[in-house]
Amino acid sequence: MKARVTVTLKQGVLDPQGKAIEGALKSLGIDGVASVRQGKVFDVEVPGGDRGRAEAALKEAAERLLANTVIEDYRVEIVG
Amino acid sequence: MKSAILVFPGINREHDMARALRLCAGSDTAMVWHTETALPDGTDLVVLPGGFSYGDYLRCGAIAARAPVMDAVRAFAAKGGLVLGVCNGFQILCEAGLLPGVLMRNAGLKFICKDAYIRVERADTPFTRGYNAGQVIRVPVAHGEGNYMADSETIARLEGEGRIVFRYTAPDGTPSPEWNMNGSIYAIAGILNDRGNVLGMMPHPENHVEDLMGCTDGRGLFAGLGGHFAA
Repeated sequence: MKARVTVTLKQGVLDPQGKAIEGALKSLGIDGVASVRQGKVFDVEVPGGDRGRAEAALKEAAERLLANTVIEDYRVEIVG
Repeated sequence: MKSAILVFPGINREHDMARALRLCAGSDTAMVWHTETALPDGTDLVVLPGGFSYGDYLRCGAIAARAPVMDAVRAFAAKGGLVLGVCNGFQILCEAGLLPGVLMRNAGLKFICKDAYIRVERADTPFTRGYNAGQVIRVPVAHGEGNYMADSETIARLEGEGRIVFRYTAPDGTPSPEWNMNGSIYAIAGILNDRGNVLGMMPHPENHVEDLMGCTDGRGLFAGLGGHFAA
């Protein structure tokens, strides 16, 4: 099974990297971008076919390591 | 006095730290590898030095914070043992949950490598007894992620309980956004845990301890610790 954990900064947390990327997009002349927030994506292979168990394991992974929940939110998806 | 200096892959200030502890505090020093599950017998002080543990992968300090030796550090701190984290060591202590909050990318995005002026807010801690309250010391910083942040409740507690021990200021000690070089909330350069036995700070006192370094303002921290254990 393939899964994806997406980690993003919480709303209100300053994201200077996202701001810099936003500025670079503007300097490239790419229109239609109002703002950018940078995050992280983890693609994970999970053995077995138990969806609930995979989700529980990845939630624990996100809570204990992949995300710093002081400043970040996370989302777990089973993608196939 | 016996100090245990933790060594994670990618840490690079452990020898500076050991030299400062020997020179200014007369401490014995032991290097402790991250895979150890116990601290050396008779350890008085645990030090997490600066560097770039695990190449700052994932988040600064995130992987080191989950290393086997950190369980021993948690147990040591829970018994009241003194723990000092400098720079990457501060980041590791936050990631390990031994200190609140997080160190984010510097507000100006640049890696900052220069001297900072920090005001010692309290002299009644084992880490700062070598200084006077209100004294301003010049200590180098070298970090890309030193922008301290925590939720407003935590910040209010840190401030209310006097746990903000070091603050970036102008050389004369006045608060100034210009001298708060990384954008830390309340110009925080160093904090204590709620029990007062774990200190994290971004600046490197170990790099200002000898005349050859051009400044000896860092000596007070180590000399104070030496005095604490001799007392």
